Amino acid sequence: MEGTSLIGMASVFTAGITIAIGAIGPAIGEGRAVAQALSSIAQQPDELNSITRTLFVGLAMIESTAIYAFVVSMIIIFANPFWDHVVAASGG
Amino acid sequence: MDIKDITPDQIVFWEWGIVHLNLTIVVTWAVMALMVLGAWLVTRRLSSDFPLSRWENLLEILVQAMQNEVREVSRQSPRLYLPFVGTLFLFILVSNILSVVPGYVAPTASLSTTAALAVCVFVAVPVYGILSSGLRNYLRQYVQPTVIMLPFNIIGELSRTLALAVRLFGNIMSGSKIVAILLALTPIVFPVVMHALGLLTGVIQAYIFAILAMVYIASGTRAQQEREQKQTASPQEKGEES
Repeated sequence: MEGTSLIGMASVFTAGITIAIGAIGPAIGEGRAVAQALSSIAQQPDELNSITRTLFVGLAMIESTAIYAFVVSMIIIFANPFWDHVVAASGG
Repeated sequence: MDIKDITPDQIVFWEWGIVHLNLTIVVTWAVMALMVLGAWLVTRRLSSDFPLSRWENLLEILVQAMQNEVREVSRQSPRLYLPFVGTLFLFILVSNILSVVPGYVAPTASLSTTAALAVCVFVAVPVYGILSSGLRNYLRQYVQPTVIMLPFNIIGELSRTLALAVRLFGNIMSGSKIVAILLALTPIVFPVVMHALGLLTGVIQAYIFAILAMVYIASGTRAQQEREQKQTASPQEKGEES
């Protein structure tokens, strides 16, 4: 198989796999965090403000792993250095 | 923004040598001009008479809320931290919210802007730490609890800066990217819903960026204070025990 189609195929496949697997962990983590925060709020409604603030900050931290996966898959699709190299080498 | 463009940096208006005037810089200047002009217009004729003008009220609520938030997170007087953290929050908030304007691309959807903001936080942490506890005490914090932890503390410092930049960039960029993709698929109603979700994400991300900056700064200053409190408190405890 020639280089261009091989790199294109590998890029598309890897981008999909990256975001698919990368979303699993943060999804489970965020679900657990929100469930725990909801039960905490149900137990102690007075602490709503501090629980909510900590929850948001924690969710942002958890979510950043998913965002890393997303950014990597976006780079693979839209700004792939190997693809650019092959296209430039073939004179297209 | 086109689907193909991953950042607004790629749209260059004017080029002279190594100086590039791209869309990100232009939009950042526009946001800065808007904020400065707005603040100047509102505070031009301040008076302590009642009733307050509508915009003055808005600004006061904003500043008050930021003060309370900073006080609760840092457990210190917000006086020193509010100018820096508040500026970060307001700039990111305004640049994210303005994406309701057609044709506008949020400058935070470019990795250069968010990296610059994260570097500001990276520099501000030691500055505030040294201001509050002195150079020696601040540097000593890196070898706590043992010297073996020194490289890990430094890596942690660098990686959280990277995380700060990529988180904001990824969230805002994904919002505009999703809208661009949906516009190609279902151009009637659905992009509006995702756009509203993107606005919500933008506000939350502005809040989170400011809170995380505050947490990092506070952790650089608070560790020292806690140690001092422990040292002053421990002789008393011993005295009570005996």
